Amino acid sequence: MTTKLFGEPVRRREDGRLITGRGRYLDDIGHDALAVAFVRSPHAHARVTDIDVDAALDVEGLVAVYTYEDLLGPMAEPLPVLIPHPQLTAPRTGYPLVRDVVHHMGEAVVMVVATDRYVAEDACDRITVSYEQLPVVVGVDAAREARHAVHEDVPDNVAARHHQETGDVEAALAASAHTLAFTQYIERSACMPMEGKGVHAAWDPADSSLRVYTSTQASTSVRAAIAAKLQLSLEKVEVVAPDVGGGFGVKIVHPWPEELLVPMAAIALQRPVKWTEDRREHFISSAHERQQRQEIRVGYDDDGRLTALDVRIWHDNGAYTPYGIIVPIVTATQLVGPYVVPTYRVRVDSVYTNTVIVTPYRGAGRPQGCYAMERTMDRIAQERGLDRAEVRARNLIQPDQFPYDHHLTFQDGRPVIYDSGDYPGLLDKLTALVGWSGVEERRAEATARGKLLGIGMAMYVEGTGPGPYEGGHVQVLGSGKVLVSTGLTSQGQGHETAFAQIVAHELGVPIEDVEVTTGDTRRFGYAVGTFASRAAVMSGNAIALAARGVKEKALRIAGEALEVDPSDLEIDEGLVQVKGTPGISIPLRTVAVLSNPLRYAFDEAAKQATQFAGPGDDSKPPVAAGDAPGLEHVDYYSPVRSTFASGAHAAVVEIDTLTWEIDVVQYAVVHDCGTIVNPMIVEGQVHGGVAQGVGGALYERMAYDADGQLQNASFMDFLMPYASEVPDIDIDHQQTPSPLNPLGLKGAGEAGVIPGTAAIASAIEDATGRRIAAMPISPTELYDLVRDDAAGRVAPRRTGAMA
Amino acid sequence: MRNRAMGQVDQERTVSAVVNGTPREFTVPARRLLSDALRHDLGLTGTHVGCEHGVCGACTVLLDGVPVRSCLVLAVQVQGAAVTTVEGLARSDHQGGEVLHPVQEAFRECHALQCGFCTPGFLMTIAAGLEARDPAQPVTDDEVEDMVGGNLCRCTGYANIKKAVHHAAATIREATR
Ligand code: FES
Ligand code: FES
Repeated sequence: MTTKLFGEPVRRREDGRLITGRGRYLDDIGHDALAVAFVRSPHAHARVTDIDVDAALDVEGLVAVYTYEDLLGPMAEPLPVLIPHPQLTAPRTGYPLVRDVVHHMGEAVVMVVATDRYVAEDACDRITVSYEQLPVVVGVDAAREARHAVHEDVPDNVAARHHQETGDVEAALAASAHTLAFTQYIERSACMPMEGKGVHAAWDPADSSLRVYTSTQASTSVRAAIAAKLQLSLEKVEVVAPDVGGGFGVKIVHPWPEELLVPMAAIALQRPVKWTEDRREHFISSAHERQQRQEIRVGYDDDGRLTALDVRIWHDNGAYTPYGIIVPIVTATQLVGPYVVPTYRVRVDSVYTNTVIVTPYRGAGRPQGCYAMERTMDRIAQERGLDRAEVRARNLIQPDQFPYDHHLTFQDGRPVIYDSGDYPGLLDKLTALVGWSGVEERRAEATARGKLLGIGMAMYVEGTGPGPYEGGHVQVLGSGKVLVSTGLTSQGQGHETAFAQIVAHELGVPIEDVEVTTGDTRRFGYAVGTFASRAAVMSGNAIALAARGVKEKALRIAGEALEVDPSDLEIDEGLVQVKGTPGISIPLRTVAVLSNPLRYAFDEAAKQATQFAGPGDDSKPPVAAGDAPGLEHVDYYSPVRSTFASGAHAAVVEIDTLTWEIDVVQYAVVHDCGTIVNPMIVEGQVHGGVAQGVGGALYERMAYDADGQLQNASFMDFLMPYASEVPDIDIDHQQTPSPLNPLGLKGAGEAGVIPGTAAIASAIEDATGRRIAAMPISPTELYDLVRDDAAGRVAPRRTGAMA
Repeated sequence: MRNRAMGQVDQERTVSAVVNGTPREFTVPARRLLSDALRHDLGLTGTHVGCEHGVCGACTVLLDGVPVRSCLVLAVQVQGAAVTTVEGLARSDHQGGEVLHPVQEAFRECHALQCGFCTPGFLMTIAAGLEARDPAQPVTDDEVEDMVGGNLCRCTGYANIKKAVHHAAATIREATR
């Protein structure tokens, strides 16, 4: 019997090359390429009055200098708005190189091409750009006040007003036994993959074709963008995502200006050209996320059950909206979480500021939504004198309520209908895992050591695997090798392994024979991309369907060769055999050879296959109508709507009353992503997400000053967690398969990060008895809060025992 | 001719060093970082660059056996020294096959990498850390924290990296018995 692979912690197939230094990341490609560096704006809002490049011209090794003036045709037009939306009434995007006005610090004004990066930077240093500074808008509150406009023609700074409601919220609030209103803030962080972006382009003049390598999450779309912007025919452009050193969302945005400018230069100069983003560039010219102001009004009954929820969100979208309003829509629709919300209204103003653009960062609006809802639950618990777990329990959607329709419209334009789940099950597992009811003893023990201890929890439901589609191609070669490809890309999620597990399982072949390629347009031209925890769900299912297609064909051909009914056949360890009669069999590789009527005896496989070749029916063509030579199949998976994963996290913090340092001493995760292909990989995703959640709650923020200068644009000043900041994580799984897709999968990539801020805020509040209404929180801020008597106090604790 | 006073920073120098056990000679401008020289002049792209300001540790290599951040070292500084990169971590067996270092094996076994970009830096730092301790003693959590505490990883949350250090230390300890 084939070793069981599906659902097993199979060791990763990508690791062999990555642990020996044989990975191939963007900057590992093309050492002879010309190098690009950019002159970027030091100002957040300014008009370019002059660009003087003269002094750069005699730098030895300088090859070319480009400004906006040098951009032709579609390149001179604004970058595309990828995801338009009727409520995005004032979309704005930049140009590949600044035309007239800079809207955030870090925008590229001049591109320099030289023999190497050192020389290119020398030349950049000698270029003088003159600016006339304009008033700067930083932060949602300033954007809202609109004393100054980020874009001259958008005087109120509002890019979009998004609004959804499920009933008359004002009436429902008025009719509620109790109501609460509060405002809270969440700050900016960023994906910060360890590898920045990068692009390498080579033009083949003889063939008039372009090959581009880019560190992207969406190679097929980059290809289409390059073809359109550089006016090339699609088939003359190949885009390959090589090994990518992390993405977390920032590399889904496309085309980045550099993804157009570098190929443009490669064509113009007829030489390979490469740009590798440095860390400072990544901070000031890629993307950030998370900043919101949330005004919440909630109604509930005596038992703490929700009756109405009204949320007003001010979302900072930065200087441009190339990615539309996906992030605020996700916040608006995922906010309701695992709860029954009888009447819900959400209104989002997405506003411009003179800062780096805001596009999805792992979680993509969900952490903010979770923060709004879960902090609301905490407030109700406190106000009603109830245990926080109990309030949640009373409001949860019950297992018999699925499919559960929230009557909202998700980011993909489809209804928010939860497909399956068991939220009370999650909560029970979580309270057991973290020791929720035993916290008072721990608190006493910590107090004896001079520490304040607190516990918090947060639950979430996460729409994953949105459409429209992904595809998969599976092909068996005469050698027995099984080639698998899908268009979406990988940034460390172990797709080569998980997809190989799926194919080995579906087809009955040894996993060693399976070879997976992702993100290479030469192999698969249609794809959407890797985001929204969709890779396993979308490509996993597409590949499974493709493998099933191959299997069906293999059984048919083998049935003819063995003269048995295909339904009596099975494939095991790469051998097609009669079920229960192992003697009668034919290797799958031989079936692959048989599948092609033209087989010169080039190799042993083809020679062997001839012994199985049937007599052939003279009255029929060798390839039947509707059939095709080769043992391969392409299939697509396109879901009616997203599938909804869920989970619950709890954090225990200890706070030092001298330094006010906040230490997360325990972190518990219960996670439900439906059927699991590889639990080792899923746990790894959870670990990484939790680390980012802790970072976002306690350390990471983008420190813009009032002039729009990013003050902490380096790893020295932007604090990402090291090992010492990440707690040990206890994980428990629950599996409620999705009824929506053949494999029962739900996405797992983003889950770990979503509840971190909410759970940790709750724990800090529990420990200190002080209202936590702005996250992340530093020791200094916590100290100020505790010291300030005017700051909000939380009523006496009621964790642990039920009131 | 460049019309500026670069001083000696872009004067070419020839450097000889033993890189991964092989004597190498390369000519680089004086200002060239060791990380760039390894990656672009010697083609050893296993050493990665995550920040170029000494914080992330992705570029860590061993200089005479001691971990250094190659983005903070000038290539000319390694004159006469021995440099080991991730490409030099595995050993060859008698048949010319590759024998992975226990820490490499442990990273695979414990799923201590995702995108793999930070991995070479961790491997080099940990390999040196394991080398510097008494292999007969079981490794403590504190030692492990020390070995991994100076490098950034954005993917793994470090749990499995710590597990891998324990695993590698146990393998080495087993071998010394
Ligand atoms: S690249 Fe050298 S420490 Fe980050
Ligand atoms: S594995 Fe991706 S940064 Fe560590």
